Amino acid sequence: MPNFIDRRLNPKDKSLGNRRRFLKRAREELKRNIKERIRSGKIADADARHAVPMPQDGTSEPSFQHARASGRRDYVLPGNREYAPGDRIPKPPAGAGGNGSRAGIGEAEDDFRFVLSREEVLDLFFEDLELPDMVKLSLKEAVAFKPRRAGYTTSGTPTNVNVTRTMRNSYGRRLALRRPRQEEIEALARQIEELEAKPGTPDRRTRLEALRAELDRLQRRRRLVPFVDPVDIRFNRFEPQPLPNANAVMFCLMDVSSSMGEREKDLAKRFFVLLHLFLKRRYERIDIVFIRHTHEAGEVDEETFFYSTQSGGTVVSTALEEMLSIIRKRYPSREWNIYAAQASDGDNIAGDSERCASLLTQEVMRLCQYYAYVEIIDERETEIFGATDNGTSLWRAYRTVGESWPNFQMARIARPADIYPVFRKLFARQPGSQMR
Amino acid sequence: MTEKGVSSSGLLFSGSDWNFETLARLYDAIAEIALEELKLDIYPNQLEIISSEQMLDAYSSIGMPLMYQHWSFGKRFAFEEHLYRKGYRGLAYELVINSNPCITYLMEENTAAMQALVTAHAAFGHNHFFKNNYMFQRWTDAGAILSYMDFAKKYVARCEERYGTSAVEAILDSAHALMDQGVFRYRRPPRLSSEKERERVRERLDYEAQTYSDLWRTLPRKKTEGGSEERDREVRERKRNLHLPEENLLYFLEKNSLILEPWQRELLRIVRVIAQYFYPQRQTKVMNEGCATFVHHTIMNRLYDKGKISEGAMLEILQSHSNVIFQPGFDDPRFSGLNPYALGFAMMKDIERICTEPTPEDRDWFPDIAGSGNWRETLLDAWANHRDESFILQYLSPAVIRRFRLFQLADDAGTPYCEVAAIHNERGYEAIRSALARSYDIGIIQPDVQVVDVDLLGDRHLKLQHRVRNGVLLEEATRDATLRHVRRLWGYEVSLEGIDAVTGERLYERSTRQVGT
Repeated sequence: MPNFIDRRLNPKDKSLGNRRRFLKRAREELKRNIKERIRSGKIADADARHAVPMPQDGTSEPSFQHARASGRRDYVLPGNREYAPGDRIPKPPAGAGGNGSRAGIGEAEDDFRFVLSREEVLDLFFEDLELPDMVKLSLKEAVAFKPRRAGYTTSGTPTNVNVTRTMRNSYGRRLALRRPRQEEIEALARQIEELEAKPGTPDRRTRLEALRAELDRLQRRRRLVPFVDPVDIRFNRFEPQPLPNANAVMFCLMDVSSSMGEREKDLAKRFFVLLHLFLKRRYERIDIVFIRHTHEAGEVDEETFFYSTQSGGTVVSTALEEMLSIIRKRYPSREWNIYAAQASDGDNIAGDSERCASLLTQEVMRLCQYYAYVEIIDERETEIFGATDNGTSLWRAYRTVGESWPNFQMARIARPADIYPVFRKLFARQPGSQMR
Repeated sequence: MTEKGVSSSGLLFSGSDWNFETLARLYDAIAEIALEELKLDIYPNQLEIISSEQMLDAYSSIGMPLMYQHWSFGKRFAFEEHLYRKGYRGLAYELVINSNPCITYLMEENTAAMQALVTAHAAFGHNHFFKNNYMFQRWTDAGAILSYMDFAKKYVARCEERYGTSAVEAILDSAHALMDQGVFRYRRPPRLSSEKERERVRERLDYEAQTYSDLWRTLPRKKTEGGSEERDREVRERKRNLHLPEENLLYFLEKNSLILEPWQRELLRIVRVIAQYFYPQRQTKVMNEGCATFVHHTIMNRLYDKGKISEGAMLEILQSHSNVIFQPGFDDPRFSGLNPYALGFAMMKDIERICTEPTPEDRDWFPDIAGSGNWRETLLDAWANHRDESFILQYLSPAVIRRFRLFQLADDAGTPYCEVAAIHNERGYEAIRSALARSYDIGIIQPDVQVVDVDLLGDRHLKLQHRVRNGVLLEEATRDATLRHVRRLWGYEVSLEGIDAVTGERLYERSTRQVGT
């Protein structure tokens, strides 16, 4: 007689831990993969496909394997119908499954893929990016309060009475203090009535007396132990919770003047597309204001900003002035976190760059949490300017701003492939800041 | 039909439902035939009923009831589950573990007829093979494996607690990459030590770790006298002490790596022990499955002959039996290699036939056994003393070659065609037989990579050698990735050299310096 064991009731999911570990790994792998693909695919063009070495935490399981396309080997196969020794069979083209020899699990496993929705891709893509200083330092104390439920209290306003709690307490107290129930009293009263209706004998009279005394005692007790006592009453307690001021607005400033060629506009738009995606994805409540400018600036909607064409001269300061007037009208800086991103080719009408710089230092930067300037330059110019501080008039003027304001950042983009690194650089999560 | 009806008609069960009494009745009836008629010799059985989800769990932990945690098992689970949920692949009806007592998992959704079939197949067929085959006897330790796995699981968990999951995973990843090179092929591995002994060794290591004194390192070294000759002698001695060349890379790294901590060595050891435990299974797939299939086929037929199972149940059993031994031709879209069940079963049936009704051809080919009549002993002997390669070389008869219409295809990577080298005719039998046997030789299927040299006095450069047979090289991407893993365990430069096994010509050399880390 063997030993039978019914294992069906054993706890399930014995391998849950393993699966979790695998998903964690796969996630890291996916993130890397997505970044790679976006960099070389849609958002930026692939100029060089370079092999990625096995990541430290990859999900591949390598081992020494024989290469299929080398050497001499023999196969023994079943089901011969027409072949005679010496017959030659052309090989299937490379990659078409070889000669039907061992197609084991090992290979199939490597075809194991994840299918991600667009949202999941974006989530992974934008992970660990955020707007810097989401909470204004100066606003940290003076904030709005929102009442939050926090347990119960014995005092409060009648509107906040918690009936369930109150009745529970009352019931417990009534039980503990033996408050006579209504039915008991009614039963007694009925008995008394019955006795009264009958002719009185001394025996009945004494009994009637006793019953009346009992009824009296019960009624007194009922008065002493009320149905709901003030000590039973409980109120919902609300605690005012400070809410960080997280209203945010992002100003997107783009130069669409004629000096911006197709290529420059394309790069600038790609940058803003990325920014737009990122903001929409990560922040529920954020206003985005699109401003484009030539020699005059105007606020436009998303559609126009990304798809319509316009051109003209270049006066960058108009955009800054437009931004300031919008801030004054709609986004008082006491209540709003203000961010701005500006893209331009750096060309500006003579003398205006200095005006821009002074506008920035004197007004805009006081209001802004963060200001990112992206300059679109020619590919040839990268070699000339490289990392130097030389450059267009706007670049030189903005350098001075960057020196005095640490929350002003600037970067150059020459190729589509630069966009993502620059974007990451501008919005990488600051160490130590945990706010979302 | 009621229980009474069943017993009065002589049937063991009727209908497809079963309960534990049915299983016990079935088991006893099967055991009677297996032990008395087939003379099988088995470990005590432990039959466990499991659900499909538990079967998937068991799959993903390479069939072991106890396994340490590692992400790769999660990957396997996700993969198997995907196939199962999409309906690409069914689950096995049973799973059997080479242990003492022999544990067999039976799926709960099997019908009574299927439970009879898989009990005969696993609890008797596989069980007998595990207990008697020389490979298993020599290379595995059925009595100790479960307690060892229990130890391994707990040990890995303790290490994770102490050193962090990622540190443990890094070591296990690297060790898994070398699993195929982590077995002793030619010398017997030491027996698994008892729990007590392992405990003692660990305590000793802990003690050493606690009492380690850095002061000892400051003692001045003995000056080495003598010139280069002396040094050469030392190197030679060192190499001899290291037992080079060494085929078991994991063993070598465990014992000699200069950067591993004691717990890391223990992890390598665990992976190595598991690899060694599975080593015989991979070399006896045809025999093991053939043996189990032959046993269940014989027992089920005997039960039917004795009137213990109904015709309906027998039909179900035969249908599932023929599914198991189905062998599509090479050009069939369902073809995925030779089916070990089909080949093993056909060969063993053929041995029975040769023993009882030999043809003149059989007398020619198998003079020892043809017509001897005692097929049971012949089979018991074959099951005990062969692995796939030698079994095929010894027993593959022309009749089976003709039945499978086997042919040999020579494939040279340099030519755009494959050439048919032999077919099932007089001239081809021998060639096909030896070619098929070779294709089951694990020494040929797997790359032969060994440790050949370590420059311990210099830069500690570890040299591996790949003996290239028939010009078959290594897959480059996985080779480099695996080398990186070796380097992670060794800590210093590692290089791999490809040497032609026949000419000794050097075909390639790859170092971790080229690969990067």
